[in-house]
This record gives sequence, C-alpha cells and structure tokens, in this order.
Amino acid sequence: MTVSSGELKKARIVGLTGDEAVAQAVKQCDVDVISAYPITPQTIIVERLSEFVANGELDAEFVPVESEHSALSVVTASALTGARVFTATSSQGLALMYEILYITSALRTPVVMAIVNRALSAPINIHCDHSDTLGARDSGWIQLYGENVQEAYDLIFQAYKIAENRNVLLPVMVCLDGFTLSHTLERVELIDDQDALSYLPKKLCYPFPINPERPATYGPLALTDFYFEFKVQQAEAMRQALSVIPQAMREYEKISGRHYYFFDAYGLEDADVAVVCLGSASGTMRYIARELRKEGHKVALVKLTVYRPFPTEELVSALEDMKVVIAMDRSLSFGAVGGPLFEDLRSAFYDHEKRPLIGCIVYGLGGRDLTPSDARSIFKYGLEIAKTGMVPERVKFVGVRE
Amino acid sequence: MSIALKNLPREEPFAPGHSACQGCGPAIVLRMTFKALRPDETAVVAFATGCMEVVSTIYPFTAWRIPFVHLAFENVAAAASGIESALRALERKGLFKSKKKVHVIAFGGDGGTFDIGLQALSGALERGHKFLYICYDNEAYMNTGIQRSGATPFAAWTTTSPVGSKIPGKPQFKKNLVGIAAAHEIPYAATASPAFWADYIRKVRRALDADGPALIHVLCPCPLGWRFDPSMTIDVARLAVETRFFPLYEIENGRKYRITFKVPRPKPIMEYLKLQGRYRHLTRPEYSDLVKRLQEAVDSFYHWLEHMEKATSDL
Ligand SMILES: Cc1ncc(C[n+]2csc(CCOP(=O)(O)OP(=O)(O)O)c2C)c(N)n1
Repeated sequence: MTVSSGELKKARIVGLTGDEAVAQAVKQCDVDVISAYPITPQTIIVERLSEFVANGELDAEFVPVESEHSALSVVTASALTGARVFTATSSQGLALMYEILYITSALRTPVVMAIVNRALSAPINIHCDHSDTLGARDSGWIQLYGENVQEAYDLIFQAYKIAENRNVLLPVMVCLDGFTLSHTLERVELIDDQDALSYLPKKLCYPFPINPERPATYGPLALTDFYFEFKVQQAEAMRQALSVIPQAMREYEKISGRHYYFFDAYGLEDADVAVVCLGSASGTMRYIARELRKEGHKVALVKLTVYRPFPTEELVSALEDMKVVIAMDRSLSFGAVGGPLFEDLRSAFYDHEKRPLIGCIVYGLGGRDLTPSDARSIFKYGLEIAKTGMVPERVKFVGVRE
Repeated sequence: MSIALKNLPREEPFAPGHSACQGCGPAIVLRMTFKALRPDETAVVAFATGCMEVVSTIYPFTAWRIPFVHLAFENVAAAASGIESALRALERKGLFKSKKKVHVIAFGGDGGTFDIGLQALSGALERGHKFLYICYDNEAYMNTGIQRSGATPFAAWTTTSPVGSKIPGKPQFKKNLVGIAAAHEIPYAATASPAFWADYIRKVRRALDADGPALIHVLCPCPLGWRFDPSMTIDVARLAVETRFFPLYEIENGRKYRITFKVPRPKPIMEYLKLQGRYRHLTRPEYSDLVKRLQEAVDSFYHWLEHMEKATSDL
C-alpha cells in the first residue's frame, strides 16, 4: 500500500488492533451472515462482530457454531442463498475446515474469511507463522496478505469486490499475522460508510441464489465425464482474478486514497538483490533495506500482497534484472525442494531467459521474532550470493538455535 | 389431524428417474416427505453425502424440482443452518421474497446423522434453527458398501461387522437418536416408518409447524444391505414396528412422550429377522442366545416407552 496525494474526503482516524479493524471493515461491508468459532488470535474479530450484531449496529445473522468445520459450512450455504458472508479463523481452525475449503471454492461462493496466521500444532503454539494458510494454497481460494493493520482493514473491502466479481466468484482469505497485527494497536484511516457501499453495492452476492421459484441443484455428483471440466473452470476463474484484482484495487484507491497492487516494491529500480516476503515482516525488512541502501548496498524489498493467484508474469518482469532474489518463507514444506514461496518464485523464472539466483530463507516459525539483525543478515546473505554467484544452501534457517 | 390419500398434493418435488435401487426404502420416504407440504409452502432441501444424494444428482441430471444443496458428509445440519439463517437475514433486509413459505429440510443417512454428523446436528438443534432434520436410517453406511454404523442393530451382519467364528455380527446396540435429539429439548422429535405413511406425513406436518428445530428418524429398509427381496420393503418396515423392534413415537419439547402406533400384541422379533439375510446366522441354534438378548432389549425399550408415555401424559 502506498498513499496517493489526490483530494479525498477527510478520513476518520482511529486506533484499532488488527482484529478490531477487520471487524470494523466487515461491519461496513454490511454482511448478512457471520458464522465463526473462537480461536486465538482470531477471537477478537468474532467478539466484536457479535457485539455489533447484539447492539444493532450491524443487521446480520450471527451463527455461533460448534466448530470451524460448521462455520465454513454455514457461510458456504448462506452464500449459495445469496447472502454476503464472513467467517474468520486461525491455525487449527483452518486445518479443521480443510475439507470444506475445496467445496467453498468449487461451488464458486464469494465467501470472505479472515485468517489470523498462527502456527500449526504440534507442539501447540498460538503465535504467528504462515503454515496454516500456505498449507491451504491449493484449495482454490484467493489469498491476500496484509502488512499492517491498515492493510488488513483495506483488504477486507477489496476481498469482497474481487470475490463477488462475476468473472471470478471465488472465496478469498485475508491473512494477517497473529499478534503482530491482530493484537497491535495502530492508526487506521476508516473509509466512509457510504463509499464502502458504493464500492460494494448491496445485492444478492451469488448469481444463481437458492430460490424455490428457480430451483437448482447445488453440489451434485460429477464423475469421470464432468468433474475435470468443473476444475478447469475454477482454474480459469483464478486466471480471470489476475485481471480483476488490480481493477478492484484501483477502484478502492478512488475511495481510500491508498494504492494497492499484487505486490509493493521498494528499491527495485537499481537493486541487485531483492527480498520477497509476505505479511508483517515487510516492515522490518523495508526498514533495514533503507539502512543498507544508505550504506550503499543495492537491495530491494518486494512485499507480496496477492499470493494466490500467484502474479507470475508481474513478479518475473519486476524481478528479472535482479542478480539475486531471496524468498522468505514463514512455513515449511517438509521434504520439498524449499519453502512454498521459494518454489513458486523459482518455478516462475524457470522458462524466463533472465534468471536471478534464487535463495530460500525460512524464518519466524511459531512466532519466533524477526529481529533487525536477522533482517540485516538476510540481505547480507543475498549480497554474498550476488558476489559469489552461488547459493550455498538450498534452505537457510534464520533465527533458529544452531 | 387426519391425512387422506385423496387430499395429498400431486406435485413430486423428488422426481422419478433417479437411480436408486428397486425397493429403496429411503427413496419412498423422500417422496412421501413432500406430501406434507401445503399448497402455499415449498422447501429447500440439504443433503449429507450418502446414497440419496448420489442417486438423485448425477450431473448433468437432477431428480430435484426444488432447490437441493449438498456440501459434504458430516455437515448437513450446518448447511441447513446456513440456508435458514441466510433466508432470514435476506428476507429481513428486503433481498429475498417468496410467494410461498419456504421450509428448510435436511436429510442425512444414519452414518451422516448418528456418527460423523452428530456434532453438527447437535449444534444446529442447540442453536434453535427453524428447520426439519430427517434421518433416513438404513442401518449402515450403504453408499460405501454396507459398513456398520452407530445405527446398525445388535448382531446384524455388515461388511465391517462380519459374522465370524469369534464375533457374530455387531457386538453393540443401536444408539437412541430420538433420545439424543429430545435431550436438546427441541419442540418435536419422532420416529417413523414408510409402512405407516399417514403417520409419517402427519409427523412431517407437525415438525414443519413446530416453532424451532424438529427431527424425524425414519427406519428405511434397504434390500441390498439388509438382504431381502426388493418387493418386501414395506413388509419389512411394517414388521419392524409390529414386533416393537422399531416403535413409532413422538416427543414434544423433549418432555412429553406419545406412542403413535401401539403394539399391544407384538409378534416375536424372529418374524422380522428371518426375512433379512443380514440376520441369517441368528436362525442357527447356536445363536439363540443373541436373539434372546435382542428380544429382551426390544421388550425393555418398549416397556420404558410405555412408562414414559404414562408418566408424561398430563404434561
Ligand atoms: C468425511 C468423509 N468420510 C467418508 C466419506 C465416505 N462416505 C460417503 S457416503 C458414506 C456412507 C454414508 O452412509 P449413511 O450416512 O448411512 O448414508 P447411506 O449411504 O446409507 O444412504 C461414506 C462413509 C465421505 N464422503 N466423507
């Protein structure tokens, strides 16, 4: 996100935690059905939303289910009925939803779900890493990652805009880092309620909603003769999302003055080494990049906002002139070549003529802090690769005991 | 309320042409269900994964003339909760209007209800959604090929409760589903049978009129899984009631019990068992002990029901 300079209505400025900001945005989207189950660090989102409903500030059905599996089932069925819906979870909750994730996307329901990223058990741990959402990267959901509380807030509106687009009709996860964002109070500029609803006009959000006057069968059995075609249509919708997303972001800029894109780049113009990461680590990484640039090192930071669909071409053309690209993974893919972000990036460059050397850093598992000196060592690692022309380790762990 | 054949609606929301087996008990029950609708009413149905979902919606065909939703196996009660909540919100907010009153009816097999779907069902009943849950109980996981469930009766053969030399059929007894539902103190819970069609339709009617969740547990003979001739479905269903093996009763508000078809002179359960291949081993003398235990359980439950009916008659 960058701030544009144009004339805008005076925004209301408030102090909110990430969870509160998400709840505030969901309220302004005038959702019809909310269903969720508590899990740290997501809980405050649902608490706030149930307060909004209880106080009559939001006219919605709040369905306090007995599990996340049911939460996603409820909102998926509500979305088929035409309702604008919301749910939120973290970690184990997302893992419990796993079966339904694929059904939500295959039924093309525009469900929006906030995920407050948290490590997966065992050992049980409530702090941030991205193992939960990256494990769901193949489930047919669009995934957006916020760097700060403002972004978490803004991305909710954009998520509905993208999800409800007739050429997309896919569910969207808005991911924010557990505690670092969910429980941290930051300055947030709210958009105007009227602007929110002109950006997201209120209507039935599913094109063929359940209606006994126009009966249809949702969720049939399709075997060898038709299943494949359904899946190819989903792949096509993901492809369409690549053009719908920037358009939704541009329209959002008009009402908010904040500019979004697939990713946010700092220092790419003249850099040799670029680091790519997701979520709140970007703040620390950008700060250190600035310091290093002052010291004369040609480093850059790319914060990826849209992870699914992976903006392959856009990233390749943004990064093709780098000598080195370092992917920062906050999750592990056990037994794989490297972390998920690394694998996506490296494979994106495979058939491109200009190919930077690509390294993989795994950091921050289970909420392990990414310190400024860790950040510095990551850039230094990239600069070293640029100098030697070789990647010494396929996967390098940063911030872990030796 | 009296149910007369000539007054039943002619509409068939569950259309013929589906691919259920001959003599399929659940298919008969599905069709009968909608005979309880008044002309100014319609329904949205939600299904758990299982035989009935599979046989009625093989893409690009569907047997449904009303909206049908299937998400997964264990979550039909949650799916129904979602539809019901959405209809309520959208109607209130002026985004949905219907000329007819729309009921939400969820269907689950015994596996999808007694076992894997019990949690979602309990949640939905506790939350008090206005919907009807119908468990079509064919006493095993039929869609995957006759595996035992929490609804499979004692001593019955299934592919995962085989009749072995050490363990002769299912060692455990069937769960009391209606008791579980009634423990949620929902307005209405009942058992039913396709052999007693007027009783079933009356119960569906009462359930639809209830102010809150309702559950009907229908015993649905399965010729393939129970091993009997497809022409015998209704006879088998009737014998289950006439032997008191499957009593017909209803419970209001989790409190008031009423037996809706009294069986003063029950036939011995063997009359019912001997029609079905899944109990064939029980006709052998070495298993007479199992039959005795089964008979005792049947007698004791019916006896308890009579007590409950009497004890709660003035509620
Ligand atoms: C989570 C999950 N586990 C297992 C299955 C496989 N499965 C599909 S249908 C079924 C049995 C259904 O049995 P029941 O609910 O009794 O209905 P019936 O097939 O007898 O109508 C099973 C085990 C599944 N679809 N989903």
